[in-house]
Amino acid sequence: MVGAAHKDFALIVILGVVLILGLPLMVDTHVLTLLIAYGMLALSLGLIWGFGGVLCFGQAAFFGLGAYTFAVAGINFNESTLPLILAVLVPAGFALVLGALMFYGRLGDVYLAVITLVVSLILFRWINSTAGPDYTIGAARLGGFNGIPGFPILNVPGRPDLMIWGETLYFVAAVSLLIVFLLVTWLLRSSFGRIAVGIRENEERVSLLGFDIRARKTVLFAIGAAIAGLAGAFYATWAEVVTPTLFSLQQSAEIIIWCIVGGLGTRFGPILGAGVLAYLKFALGQQNMIDNMFVLGLVLVLFVLFLPRGLAPELARGWHWITGARRKPTRRNHAPRAEVSNG
Amino acid sequence: MVRCCLKEAKRMDLAVVILVEVLYAIAWLVLVSAGLAVVFGMMKVINLAHGEFMVLGGYATITAVGLGVNIFVAMLIVAPLVVGLFGLIVERLVFRHLYGRMIDTMLASWGLSLMMIGAFKMIFGNTTTGVSGPIPGFTVGNYQINGYNFFIIVVALLLLVAMLAVLRGTRAGLVARGAMQRPDMASAMGHSPDRIYMLTFAIGSALSGLAGAVLAPLIGLVPTAGAGFIAKAFITVIAGGPSLVAGLASASGVFGLVNQFFSFLVSPVVGEVALLVAAVALLRLLPRGITTRFFRGRL
Amino acid sequence: MAETVLETEGLTMRFGGVVAVDNVSLKLKARELRCLIGPNGAGKSTCFKCLCGLLTPTEGRVFLRGEETTGWEPHQIASLGVGIKMQVSSVMDGLSVHENIWMAARRFNDTDAARRKADEVIERLALGAITRAELGRLAHGERQRVELGIVLAADPWLVLLDEPAAGMTGEEVERMGDVIREMTSTAAVVIVEHDMQFIRSLASTVTVFHRGRVLMEDHVDRVMADPVVRDVYLGKQA
Repeated sequence: MVGAAHKDFALIVILGVVLILGLPLMVDTHVLTLLIAYGMLALSLGLIWGFGGVLCFGQAAFFGLGAYTFAVAGINFNESTLPLILAVLVPAGFALVLGALMFYGRLGDVYLAVITLVVSLILFRWINSTAGPDYTIGAARLGGFNGIPGFPILNVPGRPDLMIWGETLYFVAAVSLLIVFLLVTWLLRSSFGRIAVGIRENEERVSLLGFDIRARKTVLFAIGAAIAGLAGAFYATWAEVVTPTLFSLQQSAEIIIWCIVGGLGTRFGPILGAGVLAYLKFALGQQNMIDNMFVLGLVLVLFVLFLPRGLAPELARGWHWITGARRKPTRRNHAPRAEVSNG
Repeated sequence: MVRCCLKEAKRMDLAVVILVEVLYAIAWLVLVSAGLAVVFGMMKVINLAHGEFMVLGGYATITAVGLGVNIFVAMLIVAPLVVGLFGLIVERLVFRHLYGRMIDTMLASWGLSLMMIGAFKMIFGNTTTGVSGPIPGFTVGNYQINGYNFFIIVVALLLLVAMLAVLRGTRAGLVARGAMQRPDMASAMGHSPDRIYMLTFAIGSALSGLAGAVLAPLIGLVPTAGAGFIAKAFITVIAGGPSLVAGLASASGVFGLVNQFFSFLVSPVVGEVALLVAAVALLRLLPRGITTRFFRGRL
Repeated sequence: MAETVLETEGLTMRFGGVVAVDNVSLKLKARELRCLIGPNGAGKSTCFKCLCGLLTPTEGRVFLRGEETTGWEPHQIASLGVGIKMQVSSVMDGLSVHENIWMAARRFNDTDAARRKADEVIERLALGAITRAELGRLAHGERQRVELGIVLAADPWLVLLDEPAAGMTGEEVERMGDVIREMTSTAAVVIVEHDMQFIRSLASTVTVFHRGRVLMEDHVDRVMADPVVRDVYLGKQA
């Protein structure tokens, strides 16, 4: 068991390093950095939805909160180390409160979706309405729909004069994603992660075993928000501006689509989905023939109808077919959205 | 003495204006939520493309008016027909395959919503398209009232009465009530659930189209306008709970009041935020909606 | 004198105007085996749900080992060391037999001890051949046995079982009886059951429910011989 874990971690690190060094040969690192921020964001929802069964329709709220925290704190502190930490903690704290409100209220899946959606909408509306000079946090003006430009970008900890950008930023972000991926892997192997999967499978049974599912779901929700917040910080330092669209429903929709297209219940699937679709969106952005929202929507509908388990299981099947390994019986996808997908 | 009376009259005017504004806010919510309520109440399907269905209704009206159709005919007949038909097609193509999979349905409808926004952008362009309101405004004392707001209030009221009448008085309504309580009962009574679902979705879509059409003169129609409707429709329906008409009326009443109260007191933006906060609080207090606690067993 | 592990005082549950459980007072001693029987709708399952925290009784109180647990959450009650198995088979379908049982053991042990405990329970219930199989792919009888394993893995001092023998073959029922008798060496066991033959084989004290009330409480043989009980319950079966 322990040996298997080590092998798993080693494999992830090797694959990760190969990808980090190999991808820049094919795609521009500037674009790659954005894809990495999105990949991390997708992983955050993939964790809470795919493994914890918590479908959050407003994951973008935590992403936006992380990005805004990074910007606002950066302007106030004139460096980026503390802001980066806050960009993780503030969304996590917010999710802790919101999660407790929802999970201790025993709200069902659908109501959870409604509340997360509504909350992200509230944030979106509110941030949009902060255009006036009265809306400031410390030295930072929130700027309404124009957002906040000109905050300090990421720097080497303790050296505000040494900025991290361009290719360096790509490597920092990529290694961060690798570390987060390893942490998620570790979390899913721990008792907490295994019980979270149990809750996804059968909430009542797990509570009858004596586990407090409300507290566990709340914590998992906060962990997801923390990862989304970190992704937001990377986005902010990459874009060098934060705008309210980070909180938008379209952003939330995209995260969900990445997870579905990539494959729920897997760690790599959501990242893959984010990479492929965000790149596709980028490529579509170069032409005016077809609107990219139309394409995204079409992709979502087609996947829900025809490939509800996403790409990752299919790729895994292909991999096993190539290597000739005997395929383990594929797990049915038990995330709540696919209750009947085996039928 | 005279001045005092004048003040009194002014206050009366203001009261009338506020009353109309509150009624209008409630009517707005009733209209915006009706289509979603029918689909959710009968089929337990949350149609996230509801807002885009409404926008489609708006575009249908504007296009029809552009072709020389009378605006009232365009709003009250053309738009519901077009959107109802569209709903029918979409139900057959997509949703039919997903019944019983609530989250999948929600996701597919979200995909549909994005597709529709994209299609609107490609067809109508990413600009504001408008149609002017056909009813002139008038004044109460020193205050200007938009005459069209009265029209909205009347349409919403008629809609509620019509829904009540259909559910109470017709055979289709009886089947619908049966299907709402026990989906298996309707099929046991010899009605194909497939057909009930198909018709329900078409009717719900038509109501969305109607709402979008009558609201079109009030808002600048942009491809993304649907997002402004869906959240409010969504929370109104869920907060209303299982009773179709009573739920719709009570939830709209509560949220409309809250919205207008804070709009007057602070600003329209705060009014919007207050509405959403009220919704979250209400769901926390009554997780299964208003009509599970009050108005039980009503329609 | 043995300690009282479970006690209810005037337990009452109303749903709207219907009184499902009406003023029920039960008392169970350590390592006692008790069957709750009665016709459909007699209130035994509702009473069961009040005991394990899935329902909060309208009136009355529940005590576990002297501590009042009325209105507690199910996970709090389970945390005391109460093993619960619901009527409808309720397991984690996407996980393996070992993972299911491990999770139950994990509540009261650390990770490694839980793994040893799970191995032990799997051996005891002869589930070794299917230990890595996914629950969703198992036959009904096997699932029931895994559920029993889930209950056993927590080393409970009180076990609440709702219709453990439902849908089992004769041989499986027999084995279930053995496991339950074995449980009573360490735990008090409450069973809600329909299968009279199974109850007779357990030869325990029986509480008969009728219209929400306790009609009678005695050894199974005397209960079966009672004409009133025959009337309300057994008579209808004949």
